[in-house]
This record gives sequence, structure tokens and C-alpha cells, in this order.
Amino acid sequence: MQEVKKGIIQGVVILVALIYLAKLFYLQVIDEGYSEAAVSNAIEQVVQIPYRGQIYDRKGNLIVYNTPTYDLFITPKKARIPDTLRLCNLLGVTKVQFDSMYNVAKTYSKFKPSLFMRQLSVEDFARIQDAMVDYPGFTFETSAFRTYNTSALANTLGYVAEVSPKQLEDQEERGENYYRQGDYIGQSGLEKQYEEILRGRRGMKYIMKDVHGVVKGPWKGGAADIVPVAGKNLYTSLDVELQQYADSLFQNKSGSLVAIDPSTGEILAMVSAPTYDPKMLSGRNYSKNYARLALNPFNPLLNRALQGTYRPGSTFKTIETLVGLQDGAITPGTVLGHSGIRMNCHCGSSSSTLHRAIQMSCNPYFYHVFRRIIYNNDETNVFKKSKVGLTRWHDRVAKFGIGQKLGVDLPYERKGLLPDVEYYNKRNKGENNWKFSNIYSVGIGEGELLVTPLKLANVAAIIANRGWYITPHLVRAIGNPKGDPLPEFKEKHSVDVDYRHFETLIAGMSDAVRAGTVMRAAYIPDLEICGKTGTSQNPKGPADNSVFICFAPRNNPKIAIAAVVDYGKWGGTTSAPIAMMVAEKYIKGTVSHKGLERELMNKNLLYLPPPSPRKKPTPLLPKDRILIVENGKVKSVPATKSAYPQFSVYDFITMQ
Amino acid sequence: MNHLLKNKKLASRENSVLNRLDWITVALYIACVVVGWLNIYAAVYNPEQPISIFNFDTNSGKQLVFAGFAVFIIIAILVIDYRFWETFAFFIYGFVLLLLIAVLFLGANIKGSHSWFRIGPIGFQPAEVAKMATALAIAKYLSTPGTNLTRFKDQLNVGIFMLIPMILIRISDETGQALVIVGLLLMLYREGLPGIYPLIIIVAATLLVLSLTVETLNIAIGLAIVGALVIFFLPRYQRNRKTYTAMGLIYVGCISMVLATDFIINDVLAPHQRSRIEVLIDPNSHKRGAGWNVIQSKIAIGSGGIFGKGFLQGTQTKFDFVPEQSTDFIFCTVGEEHGFMGSILVIGLLIGLILRLIILAERQRIKFARVYGYGVISIFFFHFLVNIGMTIGLMPVIGIPLPFFSYGGSSLWSFTILLFIFLKLDAQRSQIMSRV
Repeated sequence: MQEVKKGIIQGVVILVALIYLAKLFYLQVIDEGYSEAAVSNAIEQVVQIPYRGQIYDRKGNLIVYNTPTYDLFITPKKARIPDTLRLCNLLGVTKVQFDSMYNVAKTYSKFKPSLFMRQLSVEDFARIQDAMVDYPGFTFETSAFRTYNTSALANTLGYVAEVSPKQLEDQEERGENYYRQGDYIGQSGLEKQYEEILRGRRGMKYIMKDVHGVVKGPWKGGAADIVPVAGKNLYTSLDVELQQYADSLFQNKSGSLVAIDPSTGEILAMVSAPTYDPKMLSGRNYSKNYARLALNPFNPLLNRALQGTYRPGSTFKTIETLVGLQDGAITPGTVLGHSGIRMNCHCGSSSSTLHRAIQMSCNPYFYHVFRRIIYNNDETNVFKKSKVGLTRWHDRVAKFGIGQKLGVDLPYERKGLLPDVEYYNKRNKGENNWKFSNIYSVGIGEGELLVTPLKLANVAAIIANRGWYITPHLVRAIGNPKGDPLPEFKEKHSVDVDYRHFETLIAGMSDAVRAGTVMRAAYIPDLEICGKTGTSQNPKGPADNSVFICFAPRNNPKIAIAAVVDYGKWGGTTSAPIAMMVAEKYIKGTVSHKGLERELMNKNLLYLPPPSPRKKPTPLLPKDRILIVENGKVKSVPATKSAYPQFSVYDFITMQ
Repeated sequence: MNHLLKNKKLASRENSVLNRLDWITVALYIACVVVGWLNIYAAVYNPEQPISIFNFDTNSGKQLVFAGFAVFIIIAILVIDYRFWETFAFFIYGFVLLLLIAVLFLGANIKGSHSWFRIGPIGFQPAEVAKMATALAIAKYLSTPGTNLTRFKDQLNVGIFMLIPMILIRISDETGQALVIVGLLLMLYREGLPGIYPLIIIVAATLLVLSLTVETLNIAIGLAIVGALVIFFLPRYQRNRKTYTAMGLIYVGCISMVLATDFIINDVLAPHQRSRIEVLIDPNSHKRGAGWNVIQSKIAIGSGGIFGKGFLQGTQTKFDFVPEQSTDFIFCTVGEEHGFMGSILVIGLLIGLILRLIILAERQRIKFARVYGYGVISIFFFHFLVNIGMTIGLMPVIGIPLPFFSYGGSSLWSFTILLFIFLKLDAQRSQIMSRV
């Protein structure tokens, strides 16, 4: 009996030990949750975000830099708010706003810190810092916002904003993990294009804290810490002074102007109008202002220079001339008649030479040129002939970058459209359903042809260079002002057209400015500008779009420009004088025609098409939804844990 | 010459005590104390201001002093004649009861409870030695020829031996230490107490947990089903009125117990006691309050993984996330810094010690030594059961130390005294044999 009891006691002792070991095995080896809890308990990850690289213009003027600021974070689980009203007064928000912000944070996570108030100024921080000691659960993180020395260049520079849920997903798909919710990322313009260079590398410090939040030193002696690397500066080719001047000419107009130094491909100015002050999308009012800009019917967030697609109109006749001459379809001496053509002629006679056709922008002449190019082959069937001809024409024109992405160092460049055989087959539903007579309008830059102002400026640069171009770009050096641009921006691209053909074209362009389609009042006697006007049809608006390309001076050109003014009517009366003044300003530093300048600046050509009736009004935001920016659009999504709010309810109330 | 001979004789007698001492137990004891000491250092180690393990301002330095003093206690116990403990068992018991009463009036006031004597820097808690005194007194009582634990009279007397110190300790607000004495039931079970008593305790504890988690009605239905099953499997010859009456009474008893528990939990217990029991069921129920300890303790232990974070590399314990990290929750430091391997080591040491003591107890030739030995086993086991159980969420948070590991002179000395009295008795067992 005693032996049995001894055995029972031993059994109980061993059983208890085994139960405990089993439980310990579960806690320590199987369940990973406790390790994570321990890390979030005692180890604080302090992110060290380096300053973003600064951006300079070609003369060394600082355009974009950083202003230090403080972000206020809240960890709802740790938050103790003894006196809400006092806190509201301190932060300068109302009770309603406070509650909604608090709820948004709580929805995101009770344990993780959420952004509560963004970008408190150093002064604000100093004012409230001491008082915030009474409110545990609120923490400050240093941060910085982009600050600008100019109110121009918004679309070129782009903006920096919080990384969107979509971008985080994309990042995950790429197998990267750099950005976390709430991080900043370049969202457009140079900020986006050169994001990895500008951002540097984020550092991380692991700090041990005790239960009271008191710092207890670096974790593992700092061995796991990552040292931050500062972002590199960008030295751009932009000329801020020229840019501001060009912007001033585009007041109350929509359109675009791109100026390039043809010898280097460096972009000197890039206007996209209407624009906005880059300050608007930096700092605390980002979300409010973004919503305003996104909802603005003039679409100021669109960089028209590379995203606006236009018919080139008569400016395309320059390419047509070069292709025709190179193709042997015409010679400099070809005289072509006007009769029987369903096109207007501006030259006032019944036939013209190539020179005069360029000078006066003769439509019937270029109808014939295009016809000759298309039919300049041995095929007998007219449909097949058209196809062979169009393919040849397409390949030659494509060399000028038309219908292609040029590869400028900005995101979201549009290809435009250069129709080819396939395109017309598809459009006409069959291979033998179209011939020259169906596509002739393309020959004078109308029809299906679409280009961006950047491409037009590049065409001007090609003509200025007599046959080659360097891909237009904005950044001439990275990190060091004397450095080099990226290697792709040093390479010359030839358009495979003989030098002599350019001289023929340029002679006509020179006369077009001197005594042709460009308005007399804009002529600048002491600067030989070679240009070509264009008036591209715009059936939606009250007038046609005014297009102009030019370069100056004729020999050793310094600047090549393309300008597009929406509803500017004639190329020669609006965009030509604007582009020429910009050229003169750049080369001479002054503008001769002050009266015309004033007149142009005061011209209001803004026009708003009537809103389409289908457009829904912005819905009211229900409590369980939050606003985010996705693919450049403000959007409301269900307030789930994965969706991090980029707008607070407060922003939305103001938007309404 | 004569003098020299006497010295030599003395020396050989000393030698013989040391020779007969169970060195396996001593080795386990030393291992426990050393491992405990290192973990006490780690528990309060501050990486910002590293202080030597020997610094007397820290718990680890103090513990070293306590351990040094324990050596003197051990020597004293080994020198004292083994017959002293049996002879003076009741006297010691009485003296300790006096101390327990005295401390209520003379004890230092620590958070409203009077359970500590303070003499300068040294604190002494009579409740710690009350366990030893009770074990001695019961051993003495049961070694009287003719006692029989199946008899109600003896059960009652033993019960009184246990109840008096329990009540006194409970008055001084040391519920945990009072409960340790209940652990002596293990000893009584070995000495002839019918198994029904510990069984009742286990059933009662199970019902207690059930009554907190399950609806009373469901418990009643569940018990009825169990009863029906028992009847179904009952041999035919036992299916008589007597059995049914007994089962009916048990059933009524269980239900009253459940109802009483509800009543006691909700209407009698103080809120902090209720929360401790509720937290055992669901640690998340009082996350920032009573449950905090359990959650943080589990996080600390759970974050250790297989091999732990390394000596002094823990973050949960030393940064005060775990309360009482060098005393009652010392096991968290082990679990966090040395992982599952450390847990195995510590549990292995303590279970090894207990199993070794069972072997020693069983080989005693006099009843007093055996009963006392099982008393030591019961006390160690109860501490082990509750202390480690609470750190891993299997037991309610009852503030009792882990023998030899937890920081504190009072507890280290009382456990040392408890253990070495038994080792001394064990070392002398052949002499006892010769005497009988």
C-alpha cells in the first residue's frame, strides 16, 4: 500500500513537470506570437529619415529644399487623455475633429502608432511639447517637408506624399519592403523619377525601453542599427528665371511650352498651364489642396508638356518636308498646284514652290507631298501602294520620336499617336478598306496624329541640329554640380535625313517668321528665329489650338521651343509670339516688343467645356470609410486595417 | 596527547556526518541557488548602467550575502544533534505560532499588511518558517505510536495543527503562504490519509474553475450525465439503494459547492482576489490590471524561444514589464534569456530534487524522519506547482517564491533550514538504526 502511494506521488510530480514542460514548449517554441509581442513591448524602432536631396536650377539657384517639422503620432492603446478640451485647444482642433481623428487612428490599430497631426512647425512643437507630457500615448517624430523657392515648376518637380496602399501592394509584389505605411514617396515629376536618388536610405535605430517608456539604451549594443544615408542633390538644366517668364505669358491660358537647348537636349523650361504653386502639395494642407486640385476642372495636376496630346497641325509640315525630300518624293524645286484639293490655302496663288509652301503653310502643297510619299513605290494596286507607302512614311517619321516615348526623365510620358498600317486596318475593319484618300489629313498634321509639346520641342531641336537630337532631359548632374547626366542623356540619335534637306526647310522656316504665317508685330529684326506655325483643329472648344515650333538663332542655335496654346486660334498670333519672346528673353535677356508682351500676358483664353451630365457629385463620406489617393485619384475605401487613411474626416468636411 | 585524540575523534565524527550526507541533494541545492543567483542578476540588470553581480546594492549582491549566511545555517544544522528537532518539535511549533501572533502587532507595515519583522536591512517573515514548524509538529505527532490517519480523531488533530498557522498567516495577509500548508496534504496522503481527501480537494478545485466558466445549469446537467454513466457501468450487485443515496448526496454536494462558489466569488471575496481567479480563466479579462502580470509573464517566457535571448539579453523582465521579476516571477527571466532549454534545466533541477527527496524519505527508518521528509517534499512541490504554474498561466497568481531561485533572504534561509534538517536526519539514519 505504501509503495503504491509512493508511486502515485512520484507519478503526480512527474505528470505536473510534463504538463508544465508541454505548456512551456507551446509558449516558447510553437507560438510565435509571444516573440512579436515582446519586441513591440520593449524594443522601439526609431526610424531615421534622412533629408531628401535638394534640387537646383542650371544657374545654381536652389529650387527645392527641406524644412524640418514634427509629426504627432498617437498609439490609442497607450493614450490617456485626462482633459480632451485642453488637448483640443492645445492642438488647435475642435472636439469633433479630434474625435474623428482619434477614431481613424483606432480603426487603423490600437497598438501601432498612427499619424495624428502632420507637420507641426518648430514653433508649434516648442509650444505644445511640454504640455504633451501630460498625455501619454502621443509621440513626436521628426520629419521634413519640401519647401520651394519658386511658385513655378509644380508639375515638373512633382510632389512628395504618403505612400498609397496601392504602392505598398506593388512594392510587395516586387518583393521589396522599403516603404512602410505613412512613409513619404515622390508621387510625380522629378520627385518620382529620381525617388531612389533623392530619398537616400532610411536608417533604423533599435532602442530598448522599459515599461514606463524610459530609454534603456541601444538593443544589441546598436549592432542591428542601420545608419541613414542622405539623399543626393539633383542639378537640373532648368532656368528658373526663364521658366517664370514663360509662365507669366501663359497666365489665364491653358497650354504648354517646352524649351530645349538643342546641343545638349537639356530642358530649359517646361510650362504646363494652368499650374499651381508647388507649396500647395507640401506641408499640412496637402490633402485638402490635393483634393481641390484633383477636382479642379482645368486639371492643373496634368503635366501637359508630356501628358497633353495635341494634333501638331501645320508644324508637322516640317517633318513632312524632310521625309519627302529624303524619300525623293519631292525636290526643293518641286512646284505643286492647288486645284481640286479640299483644303484651304493661305498663300494666295494657284501653285507654289516648297519654300513658299513652308513659309505660307500651304495645305494643298503638303497634301500633294504626302500623296507623293505614300505613292512613291512600285505597287500597282492602290490599296497595297498605300500600305507600302504608309509603312515607309511611318518609319521615317518615327525617327523623329513621333508616336514613341522619348524617354525624358519624368514619369507618365505619353506616346501620342503615329498611325501605321495596322492602325488603319483595325480602324477601317480590313486590310483593303483604305487608301491614301482616307488618310490624307495626317499629311498636314491633322487626323489621327497626336503629339505632346515635348515631342514638338524635340522636333524643333532636331531641325536646329540639322538631323540629330539628344533625348530631352531635366537632370544634368546628380550629387555633384559638375557631374554627368545619366548615360542615356549623352547619346546622339540621328533621324537619317541629309543635312542639305534641313537647310531647305530652315530657309522656309526663317521666312515664315520674317514674312509668313507669323504675325508681323512679333518679328524680331536682330534675332533670326526659324519657326513653323500650326493651327490644329479643336472642335470641342471655341477656337482652334495654336501651335508653334521654332529655334534660334539660325546658326549655332541656343534654344529650341515648342508652344501650344489651347483655343489660341492661329499659330502665328498666340503661340508664335510667346515662343519667340521666350527665345529672345533667353538669348538676349530682354524682350523688344513690350506692348505685345503685355497684350499676351493679359489675354484670357481659358475655356471650360460644359460639364458632362454623367459626372456624379462627390458622395458624402460615411463613418466607416476613409479617403485615399490611388493612381492619382481621390477615392473612398472601407476603413479596414490595411487601408491607411491619407485624409482625415476633417479634410473631407472642409472639402465639402 | 589525550587532548589530541579527542580532537581526532571529533574530526572523524564530523567527517562521518559529511560522509553520510546525501551529496546528490546538496549538489542539486547548490545548482539551484547558483542558477537562481545568476538569474536574479539578469532580472535587475540595467544595460544603461551595468553593475557588477557582486555589488551589494543590487539584489544579486544581496542574494550572495544571503547565500553566504545560509552556509552558516547549514553548518549549524549539521552540528546540532539530530534528536533536537524531534524533541523540540512542538516547542518550535509553539514558538513560531507566537512569532506569527507577534508579527501582527510588531511587524513592519508594508502596504497595510504586517507579516515582516524588520531588523535593520534584514527582513524576516515568520510565515516562511511556519511551514517548517508545522511539518515538524505533524511529523512528531504522527510518530507517536498508535496514531492512525484513517481515524477521525487524528485527522482532526492534524487538521488543527495545520489550521492554526494558516489562520494566523491569513490574518497577516499572506494568503499564498497560508495555502502552502494545504500542500502538506500530500504528506498526509503518504502517511495514511485516505485518498478521498486530496481527491475532494482536486474535485473542488475543478468545480471551482468550472463554476467560473460554465453556466451552473450546464454543470448540473453534465454531472447528471456523468452520474448516469457511472450507474450504467456499475456492477449489478452494487446497484442498491445505499449506492444511489451516496451518489445523490455527492450530486447535491457538488451542486451546492458550485452555487456556493458563485456566491463566494461574487459576494464574499475582495475584488482583487476575485480578479485573480478570473484572470486565471481569462488573462485578457483584466488586461492592464491583474491580468497584466500573467500576460507579460507569458510574453517574457514565450519570447525566449528554444535557446533564449542569452544571458542579460532579456528585455521583458529587466525593463519591469514583468512585476516582481527577481522574486515571484524569477522563472520569467529563465524562460526569456535561456528559452525552453533553460526551462527544462530549472524544472529538471527542482523535479530532480523532489524525486531525490522521495527516495531519501522512503529509506528513513523512523517515522518522524519520513513524515518530515514528505513534509519537505510537499512544501517544495506546492511552491513549484503554484509558482511556475502562475508564470505560464496555469495557476492563479499567488505570491509565493520559487524555492532557492527567488530573491530574498527570508525565503532562501527557510528553504535551506527545511531541507537541511531533513538531510541531517537522513545522514544520521544508520545511528538511529543502531539506537533502536
